[in-house]
Amino acid sequence: MKHLLAFVLLPSCIAFSQNATTSDATGSVDKGKKIFMDVGCYECHGTVGQGGAAGARIGPPPLNAQGFIRYIRKPAGAMPAFTDKVLTDRDLTDVYAYLKSIPAPKPVKDIPILNELKGK
Amino acid sequence: MSKSKSSASKPSSSQSALGRRGFLKGTAAGAAALVAGEAAIAPVVKAQTPARAVTPLPGATQIAAETNAPPMRVDVYTTDRPGSDFMLDVIKTLDFEYCCANPGSSFRGLHESMVNYGKNKMPELITCCHEESSVAMAHGYAKIEGKPLMVMAHGTVGLQHASMAIYNAYADRVPVYVVLGNIGAAEWRRTDVEWAHSVQDAAAMVRDYVKWDDNPVTLQHFAESSVRAYKMSMTPPYEPVVIIADAVLQEEPMSDFDRRTARIPKLNLSQPPASDGNSVNEIARMLVNAENPLIIAGRVARTPEGIRLLVELAETVQAGVSDRHYRMNFPTMHPLNVGGPIGGGTVTTVANADVILSLEVGDLWMATHSQTPINRMGMESKPLTKAGAKIITIYSGDLFGKSNYQDFGRYNEVDLSIAADAEATLPSLIEACKKLITPQRQRAMQERGAKLAESAKRLRDRDIEAAAYGWDASPISTARVSMELWNQIKTEDWSLVSETFPFFSAWPLRLWDMNKSYHYIGGHGAYGVGYQAPAAVGAALANRKHGRLTVNIQTDGDLNYAPGVLWTAAHHKIPILNIMHNKRAYHQELMYLTDMAARANRGIDTALIGTGINDPNIDYATLAKAYGVYSIGPIINPIDLAPAIKKAIAAVKKGEPALVDVVTQPR
Ligand code: HEC
Repeated sequence: MKHLLAFVLLPSCIAFSQNATTSDATGSVDKGKKIFMDVGCYECHGTVGQGGAAGARIGPPPLNAQGFIRYIRKPAGAMPAFTDKVLTDRDLTDVYAYLKSIPAPKPVKDIPILNELKGK
Repeated sequence: MSKSKSSASKPSSSQSALGRRGFLKGTAAGAAALVAGEAAIAPVVKAQTPARAVTPLPGATQIAAETNAPPMRVDVYTTDRPGSDFMLDVIKTLDFEYCCANPGSSFRGLHESMVNYGKNKMPELITCCHEESSVAMAHGYAKIEGKPLMVMAHGTVGLQHASMAIYNAYADRVPVYVVLGNIGAAEWRRTDVEWAHSVQDAAAMVRDYVKWDDNPVTLQHFAESSVRAYKMSMTPPYEPVVIIADAVLQEEPMSDFDRRTARIPKLNLSQPPASDGNSVNEIARMLVNAENPLIIAGRVARTPEGIRLLVELAETVQAGVSDRHYRMNFPTMHPLNVGGPIGGGTVTTVANADVILSLEVGDLWMATHSQTPINRMGMESKPLTKAGAKIITIYSGDLFGKSNYQDFGRYNEVDLSIAADAEATLPSLIEACKKLITPQRQRAMQERGAKLAESAKRLRDRDIEAAAYGWDASPISTARVSMELWNQIKTEDWSLVSETFPFFSAWPLRLWDMNKSYHYIGGHGAYGVGYQAPAAVGAALANRKHGRLTVNIQTDGDLNYAPGVLWTAAHHKIPILNIMHNKRAYHQELMYLTDMAARANRGIDTALIGTGINDPNIDYATLAKAYGVYSIGPIINPIDLAPAIKKAIAAVKKGEPALVDVVTQPR
């Protein structure tokens, strides 16, 4: 875990200075998932971004990539603000790609034990 | 009687009363001797008597008694009536079903009386592996049964172990009855252990968070203080109490004097204080005329009747109810339930309300204000209420306060504050409201009620949709665990005995139909971790005789404080279904670490250091098995969950505890 930050930060700091607006580029789902877990997004949002008492539902993400990065820099409510010193735009693009890759949930009607609560 | 011991004195005032009587007997004997012919002294004494009473000079018998060698010591080995038997007689009048204790020498006398003289019934001893477990079991038991369970512990090391659990019960307004052993008189301490286990003022350590304590020095004193302690504990606000059972009083024979005179006073519980009629009429007027009244429920329902009354009040005035979930106050599926702290239920409804009636809410300020969140520097707070909104409180906590521990929260400005018990006030408030409702108000209320019902349905549909997200994820989502559980318990007479907000994202509160007093019992009180596992077993102990299926969603960090309570459940055959919320971290602290790192703008990937409970992962099924508990797990794939729950319920139905280790999402 400790090594990860060095691994992620150093190369991407360089990337950041060369190309500050990489957020529209497609990120890497695998890298994004790893970052999502390592920096603790999952702690509040759940490992598949399903949300809960500690954080909003973000998988699939409710915002576009730019809005997503903007939000993380200056979040609403109690969500911690992550600056580009700790998470670069590149990292967040990867995280966004991961969240995008999460399929929409099964419809409630296909989950009988949940569906039967409807109308009760 | 072993009074003949030459160098030992019994440190009780019954002994000193006897001593005084001995002295009086001595003076009488002296006077008799005087009459019998101590002629030389007699005239002098007589000459002095007319003017004023004079202490006669010692007679020959007394002089002999004081100067001759004392009678030989006679070794007395047994007694037919140790003081602890009388103490148990006292305790039996208080009707405790159980006494939870980890054995300790300072109450060995009382322990022996319980199992032999008392035949281990009413109370029956429950063997606990930690005093924190004893008290937390009593905490959980009281929340189901509505009355205290007895706990015994050492006045020193036992109380030190027990103290956090006592604080939890105190903050949660729960009656717990703690009896502490102690050897008060120094010369009776036989070993270095007994010196180390003795204390001048045992209850001092917990006096900041109990309602009352006493250190009785005679058996009669013990009788009165024990009954008084029970009464105080059970007068709202309910709180823990502590009584010291002096070890010498326990172990030495009951004196002739005590045998003749000691009396156990009758217990009569106080009527809880209800609001006066004028205030009730004023509250009713405000509620009936409100456009958008909101009831915030804290620890309202002390009894099952409290739930019925709160429903009746809400329906009478068609007010929304926001439950803080410290107790089962209001049915989760009721159309007037506007949601609790989760899902913003309180925030939006507080902002819309023109009259807020707060019933037994200790943290009302938190419910009616926002604060700068943890992700920003500084602290600013704002009211959530709209301008002109009126706040009424009925709060028994206003009748009782302590200063040191800060569980009372911030001072809240209100418009009408009633220091009374809410449940006791509800009947007259409901009647007063009914009298004031005109047909016109009735129509307005019905329209409001219909709107609230619609929004409750929307909230519920939203929750059902939200539960589908992450349904097939591994670690298993807390919504999935909640629904797999619900699916198998919904046709049983079930009782959920764990706090689920925020730990389990409140899914059971959002999805399950809870309407009975034992369907939900709230949580810790003071968030002292280590409460959950033993409190659940205590609640299950109370549920056992009612044949209820007790369900405990058990967080991993909490179980690791004192897992020995699993053995207690196995040993005493306490049926309980434990579902592990195994997230492999002290998760709240893990999130806080991430918050702190983000604030400090560095190292956001190090938060698991000091907060993770991984590497190695703990195998809770094996742990439970070691304690004699039927167990399954770890369950990692959601597909395996339903069959595991089914098997565990079958075991519980046979009358034993079971544990399913489920590797879950953190929240
Ligand atoms: C300590 C808890 C916590 C952590 C860690 C956390 N979040 Fe959040 N997040 C929240 C909360 C709470 C909210 C909702 C804030 C509000 O609006 O009240 C939120 C909201 C969001 C939103 C906006 C959702 C919406 O509907 O607008 C996004 C996007 C988001 N988080 C992404 C992330 C990412 C990416 C990470 C990791 C880099 C992360 N969060 C880490 C707590 C957290």
